[in-house]
Amino acid sequence: MKFLHWPLFKKGKASKKEGGHEKNDLGIALLFSAPWLLGFFVFSVYPLIQSFLFSFNNVTVTTTGIVQKSLGWDNFLAVLTADPDFITDLESYLQEMLIYVPVIIVVSLVLALLLNSLRHGKGFFRTIFFLPVIISSGPVISLFISQGVASFPGASTLNYTLLAESVPDFLVGLLKTLITSFIMILWLSGIQTLIFLAGLQKLDRSMYEAAKIDGASGWECFWKITLPALNPVIVINVIFTVVFQSTFSLNPIIAKIASDMFAVGKGYGYACAEAWVYFLVLLLVLGFFLLIFRSKKHRRSYQQE
Amino acid sequence: MKKLWIVLKKKSQETLGAIRLFLAPGVKAFLKVYRPAKKYALIVWAFLGKIVRWLFSATNERRAPMATAGIIALLILFGFMYVYPFLYMISYSFMDATDVVNPLVEYVPTHLVLTNYIAAITTLDYGKNLGETLLISFIPSVLQCVSTSLIGYALSRFHFPGKKILIFCILLTFIVPSQVTMIPTVIILTKIQIIDTLWSYVALAGLGQGLRSAVFILIFYQFFNQIPHSVEESAKIDGANPFVIFWKIGIPTALPAFLLSFLLSFVWYYNETTLTTIYLGNDLTTLTTQLLVFKSTYETLYTGKNINEAIYMAGTLLTILPLIAIYFVTQKFFVEGIDKAGITGE
Repeated sequence: MKFLHWPLFKKGKASKKEGGHEKNDLGIALLFSAPWLLGFFVFSVYPLIQSFLFSFNNVTVTTTGIVQKSLGWDNFLAVLTADPDFITDLESYLQEMLIYVPVIIVVSLVLALLLNSLRHGKGFFRTIFFLPVIISSGPVISLFISQGVASFPGASTLNYTLLAESVPDFLVGLLKTLITSFIMILWLSGIQTLIFLAGLQKLDRSMYEAAKIDGASGWECFWKITLPALNPVIVINVIFTVVFQSTFSLNPIIAKIASDMFAVGKGYGYACAEAWVYFLVLLLVLGFFLLIFRSKKHRRSYQQE
Repeated sequence: MKKLWIVLKKKSQETLGAIRLFLAPGVKAFLKVYRPAKKYALIVWAFLGKIVRWLFSATNERRAPMATAGIIALLILFGFMYVYPFLYMISYSFMDATDVVNPLVEYVPTHLVLTNYIAAITTLDYGKNLGETLLISFIPSVLQCVSTSLIGYALSRFHFPGKKILIFCILLTFIVPSQVTMIPTVIILTKIQIIDTLWSYVALAGLGQGLRSAVFILIFYQFFNQIPHSVEESAKIDGANPFVIFWKIGIPTALPAFLLSFLLSFVWYYNETTLTTIYLGNDLTTLTTQLLVFKSTYETLYTGKNINEAIYMAGTLLTILPLIAIYFVTQKFFVEGIDKAGITGE
């Protein structure tokens, strides 16, 4: 995983050049990253601090400027206790994540494995599987869901009453989400499929040959070689999926925050509090999935001890 | 008793003989067909067996053909599910109002209707909004490529203290949802009086804080990493300064990265709705934001007429048509770019 090979995570000095002598290019590097750094401070750091401060205030915009009135934790309390919409949105967000992330990961892995085992015609299928990526970040996708195109033909006529008697409602809800938006989930796994495919193509063939000589079946090869080797790629895909899904512009929570900015009795401070709560939930979700899909290397090393 | 037995035996033998005599011509005729048929059947059977064995047998060099067929069948199934919404959309967009509600008309419209498209074009204000959408997507994408490629190059090719912190900051901008920073950003943009104009997108993208900039920095970082140190060294010996090296070596090497980043960025800006309405206001509208208010626009334009699914689908298809066109022209760069970008790591 290149991500973690970045100098941030590297042990020892990253500044050692190939020639062995150390060199410092701080000046020129600063020049190259100047636009980004400027943007980072003006449009990321400052807004981050500001919105954190806003979330503890009642912010009103008047003609003379911004008037802030300190509220303490009131905004957060209101968001978490007095706003039923936000809580339901948050619940449906969590439910969606619980379904979407594992299914996307599994589906894209399966598709990548299938594609990778083809000798000819890989390009054709790749083109089809990547096609939704250009559309799925837009409003068209939610339109599809509302029109019922997001699922198999006839999925809307399915009846869940029989199931609802024996299984808890929560699980039925999950199943319903899965069935009614299955094609959408497929659509959202385009980039992940390509990333998996690129990862698969970099696997060492000689490992498989060695395993075959030792009498391993294809199934065993998958679980013992492919999956562990792909683990870093899985982690990357999990990060991508969670972040992309959470920052999707038509996510109901995002739409709600955007509308609450100008809502009567709510305003900027309230919307900021919502955004921060949402950010924390996102971090929790990300942490949860990373914990599940974490690199297996650590576990194995513990076992050896 | 014994006599009776003998009589019975004789009788039965006689009967059997009579039956045999009676059947003889038929049996003969049957055997005449059956014997050669059996021979051929055995040959065909052996042949079929060979085919089946071939279908299911794998060697070290190749997989069993049946397995390949299964894989292709699965891929076609998935592929169909991927394109199903498109097919649905296309077929519905040509239906007239009666076809839409007629349960007998499932996928193929009874006759092709183009009025949906005319209605959708007027509702979306297609000509004007298409131009604006392309402008809104194009300019920030170019600027985003410039700013992110610069910092990607800095991270990849230079050694300086604080690199780790810088990378941490980039990851932070990736994870923080835009709505956390959105509100103060609006205030800043209002203060410098570029809100509700394209300049707000220009400022954000040009300073590397556009849509998902961190992804592009990552892509550029990976591509610039692929430049061998020796090439850079020899350029240095020839007296090239870092800017010349970036211009003459960096950019040509990372050309696929530029294409991939530009295309992805273009698509993401094209599809962005929340930020577009907040930062660009009502002066500039994109097709996607128009699509969100499609129903209400239609109802104000055509008072008294009810919107039906067909018009909706025509509008949707028109909205994504430019994207699809771009994709089919450039899909090679998309797909191969991701392949080469090495986002996956080794």
